[in-house]
Amino acid sequence: MSDRQRRYYRGISMKPDDLLKELVWALVIVLGLGLILAAVFSSPDEPALTAQRVAKAEPSVLAGTALRALAGQSAIAEYGPPYNNQPGAAQSIGGFSPQTWAGVQIPINAPKAFVLRPLASAAALSPNLKTALLTYEAAPRSEQQVWVGAALKVLPKARYDAAGVVLPKGDYGPLPTMLDGYFQLAKSGLLEAAINQSGSVYQTDFTQALLLLQGQAMADAATPLHMLGAQWGMMREPDNYPGAVWLWLYTALYQVPPYSTSSSADLLVGLTISALSLILLLVPFIPGLRDIPRVSGIHRLIWRRPKER
Amino acid sequence: MNWTKRAQETLRRELPYEDLLPAELPAYVHSYVYYFGVATLASFVVLVASGVVLVSFGPQWWHVSGIGHFFNSLHFWTVQIFFFAMVLHLWAQFFMAAWRDGRQWTWVIGVLLFLISVPTALTGFLSQQNFDSQWIAVQGKDAMNALGVGGFFNLLNFGQMYSFHIVILPLVLGILIGLHVLMVRWHGVVRPIDDPPQPGKGGRRK
Repeated sequence: MSDRQRRYYRGISMKPDDLLKELVWALVIVLGLGLILAAVFSSPDEPALTAQRVAKAEPSVLAGTALRALAGQSAIAEYGPPYNNQPGAAQSIGGFSPQTWAGVQIPINAPKAFVLRPLASAAALSPNLKTALLTYEAAPRSEQQVWVGAALKVLPKARYDAAGVVLPKGDYGPLPTMLDGYFQLAKSGLLEAAINQSGSVYQTDFTQALLLLQGQAMADAATPLHMLGAQWGMMREPDNYPGAVWLWLYTALYQVPPYSTSSSADLLVGLTISALSLILLLVPFIPGLRDIPRVSGIHRLIWRRPKER
Repeated sequence: MNWTKRAQETLRRELPYEDLLPAELPAYVHSYVYYFGVATLASFVVLVASGVVLVSFGPQWWHVSGIGHFFNSLHFWTVQIFFFAMVLHLWAQFFMAAWRDGRQWTWVIGVLLFLISVPTALTGFLSQQNFDSQWIAVQGKDAMNALGVGGFFNLLNFGQMYSFHIVILPLVLGILIGLHVLMVRWHGVVRPIDDPPQPGKGGRRK
């Protein structure tokens, strides 16, 4: 033992110990426990939600997603940084808005990314779709919006068949053909690939395809799994498996005012957790806080015989 | 000046083998409370080992292989053990005021380890390539974006999250764990609150 430690432990009785044996035993116990838990309880693996599944199970949701994207009303079109510069969209507390500081880092043009570009890929295989797409893109923006608005208005009355979407009679321009093409693409399982196209064989970034279904489609899939935010979903896994339980405080904040009622809840929760983390980090330097252990007396449960010699 | 010789002398003086791997410790250390730290360290070793197996076969292996799923389950449950042990260790050290007598930076690195473990686990959930990853990515992105880091740490970018999970964050954790353990051994475990070192007898007081 160094002189430094010998001086520090003066008056303390010492006992033989074997740290390496303790480490090996800890390894054996943790590995054994992990193996038993893995063998008995396995682990969750709920398949990813696909546009193919949504097109078949909830066609109205997919049609609504596509039309809202074309109308410029999708959640991403109205999101702000880092996807676009939508004015007033960024979360802010009294003018403090770090979301705006870095600007648009991942630019996403929602109508093009989610609908027009994937359809353009499929149009090479379908002359009808190609003509419809050319008609749509050649039309003035105001006319496009009239068609999209009319289609969105009657969407609750639409029927869905093997070909795609059957809208009530009306003037929707080339939209019915485009929607049919969109559904064919989704049902074939190629929509995500068409959205993610990187111009290369290789791809590891699925940002745009993941954002396509981020609204109602994913919420509908998460609800029966009890994974919505209001269901404390951030710390839960499917099938009642334990999830990120260490995020209990982070998740709890979202459930109570002012966090639950704020339009900048994410910023408010993020700043609160950051501040609490900083306080925890600096406990040894904060008078009052660093005295809690001594005042509480809980240490006497740990050191029951502090005067042992 | 010979840097190597100087390092040798410093290590011999400041961290002799008897402090690094002591064969005797204060009698009060013989308590279950002192096992949470070593349990956390053991969980980290099992996590790295099971993670190396999973990584060796690629991120999609565990979806199509029974053995792969079993290793994923081992990894999944060991994460729970890791956090359980670490949180107990943290609270135990808090109520022992383990930052006393010059140990404040050991506490700071310990809390940093906890805080960095959270994104390490998060990027693991995001690397699963299933509904869980998908849902956590689209939900979690809002907090990242609101704090202004979403463009740089994009939860929806699988390649980036996978890299963080299997290389960058475990490496940082491994280095900090090594430093934390070294500092614990350098200082030795803290004395009981009711039995502080006496001034003038060599013990440092805060």
